[in-house]
Amino acid sequence: MKRRTFLGGAMAVAVVGQGSRALAQQPPIKIGMSMPQTGGLAGGGKASLLGIEIWRDDINAKGGLLGRKVELVVYDDKSSASETPAIYSKLVDVDKVDLLFAPYATVPTAPIMPFVKQRGLLLMGNFSFQVNSKVGHDMWFNNAPWGPADSWAASFIDLAQKAGGKNMALLAADQEFAQNLALTARDVAKKRNVPVVFDQSYPPNTVEFASIIRGLKAAKPDIVYVASYPPDSAGILRAVNEIGIGDDVKVFGGGMVGLQFAAVMGNLGSLLNGVVNYNTWLPEPSMYHAGTKEFFEVYTKRAVEAKVDPLGYYLAPYGYAMGQMIDAAVNATKSLDQKGLAKYLRENEHKTIVGPIAFSADGEWKESATVQAQFRGVVDKDIEQFRKPGKQVILYPDKLKTGTLVSPFEAARK
Amino acid sequence: MDLLLGAVVLGVLLGCFYAAVSVGLSVSFGLLDVPHVAHPAFLVLASYGVFQLNESYDIDPLLAGLVITPLFFLFGLLAYRVYYETFERRGSDAGVRGIAFFFGIAFIIEVLIIMQFGVDQRSVTATYIGKSWRFGEFRIPIRQLVAFAVALGLTVLLAVYLSKTFMGRAIRAVAQDEEALRLMGANPVRIKQFAFGIATAVLGIAGALLIIVAPVEPTLDRAYIGRTFCVVVMAGLGSISGTLIAAIILGVAESIVLTMFGASWAPAISFAMLLAVLAVRPQGLLGR
Repeated sequence: MKRRTFLGGAMAVAVVGQGSRALAQQPPIKIGMSMPQTGGLAGGGKASLLGIEIWRDDINAKGGLLGRKVELVVYDDKSSASETPAIYSKLVDVDKVDLLFAPYATVPTAPIMPFVKQRGLLLMGNFSFQVNSKVGHDMWFNNAPWGPADSWAASFIDLAQKAGGKNMALLAADQEFAQNLALTARDVAKKRNVPVVFDQSYPPNTVEFASIIRGLKAAKPDIVYVASYPPDSAGILRAVNEIGIGDDVKVFGGGMVGLQFAAVMGNLGSLLNGVVNYNTWLPEPSMYHAGTKEFFEVYTKRAVEAKVDPLGYYLAPYGYAMGQMIDAAVNATKSLDQKGLAKYLRENEHKTIVGPIAFSADGEWKESATVQAQFRGVVDKDIEQFRKPGKQVILYPDKLKTGTLVSPFEAARK
Repeated sequence: MDLLLGAVVLGVLLGCFYAAVSVGLSVSFGLLDVPHVAHPAFLVLASYGVFQLNESYDIDPLLAGLVITPLFFLFGLLAYRVYYETFERRGSDAGVRGIAFFFGIAFIIEVLIIMQFGVDQRSVTATYIGKSWRFGEFRIPIRQLVAFAVALGLTVLLAVYLSKTFMGRAIRAVAQDEEALRLMGANPVRIKQFAFGIATAVLGIAGALLIIVAPVEPTLDRAYIGRTFCVVVMAGLGSISGTLIAAIILGVAESIVLTMFGASWAPAISFAMLLAVLAVRPQGLLGR
């Protein structure tokens, strides 16, 4: 009897051992992406990647996906559109990754859209704007909360019109993202009968914005819509502070990338006051969901070691959410079949740390959750102030609103 | 009319800033014939040095620029010695290989900056940054006035040094006829090394101006390669006063285009002007 029990036990241990060895021997699920680690977009790229890495570590601690560890295969695209096509070819054909995440931002993402469509690959978008509008890929899902194409500009112009704005100046960087944004702003302005009295695109690497701001001021606009990239946003705000923008301006800002990053916010300090700008996540009570607080506790610790954006509000939680959506889709379909995953993502609402996400047919969020927030009471040289609510008062959308617009712009700056 | 006048004033200020960031290259490339494509990377490195001193010790950026100037002089001496021993001494293809050498240095500097400071933009604080002087309706950013004054002083000082001092004349002599200098018993390599040290030391102040005018990030050097080489070639190789004039012309042209015509055209301006000058006067504005 004792011998039989022993033998039975030994066999059970052997079987379990075999099984767990088989699980351990399964290859990892590889998720490939390029990410700006150098160049103008690197600040955002690094923070976004840290958000994705935190998700990877969480999911691996829970046993991985389908019992397999998740491994990230990441290359630096140097913030350049010319780098990404080759990187994604390599990820698919050489590295043989199982899933693809897009790089941060519009400029590096745009050139890979035809490739993923041609190969029929699922691509989780990462904060690019309107890169799928012409390509029409039905396996694209953007993690950014932009919503319908014109909602971003429309929300800003709505606020400005309510404040008495009747004509608009448009200043945009000469690259894909800003031009797409400017295009929607022009369309919205036309629909609302808001004449555009100044419409300029400035080239990347513009050193000094004082001359441009003088030209803009001379047009006497009362709404100023700016679509700029991180290297330029600080230069534009500095020039506005020095040259002045005119007392007519009711609302200034809109689409300035960079004003969401701790380093730029810290550098600009009180120059930010009064600016109304888009954002994605802010430490306001209306923006917390299940897991948000815990995510930021981990992020805050790891950001110091990784030397990335210490706040990480703009991109990092959405990187994590991208992983959460893949997690949900893989668990629901019990496979890595790209078409099945895409079908699941398209047909369901997904609970994430940035709130519930549901997709339209074009792969963008059904409903915009992009906020327009006004900087208030910001002082110089203090990053920690941005961790408290009230420094960026949410004006739009109504469901997240935490205050009302202070206008005109010059008054709001004091 | 006011708009045009304002554009010209801002353009002159911008131009003097361009002169400050280019004048070191006028010595290293213009006089010494060293293909110093890492010049803008040295410039950005200096800006980060200024940032570090400003951030850690609250030192005024201009003073911080002065503090790092001797270090940059030594850095220049070392860089030239390595370049000379590795490439220049070996013969005729030093030009192409030299360009590769300096490109390599530029990449190394970029990576070192990223490792040390991360990829975020950095800027400095000073009482004159973010404020302006008002003349009626017209306002001038004080940081640009500071950059203008310091750049002008730096350029004039360097021009006087090269034309009035013994060592300055020796540098000009080595640029004109290295062999003749050798026959007179001087050591042209040491003179060139010293001159390269001076050209690099100047970047201490120029780097301070760079970060005073706008925030910096590790890859900013790429934005300045075209502009600085354009100024130096348009000026006439080795001409310090020509560098100032060419830079002011470039600054005014850019400013007028940015204000009056359309910002998209601004980058084309520098290269169109360079082509025009080279077509009419191949030796540059004040070239030999």
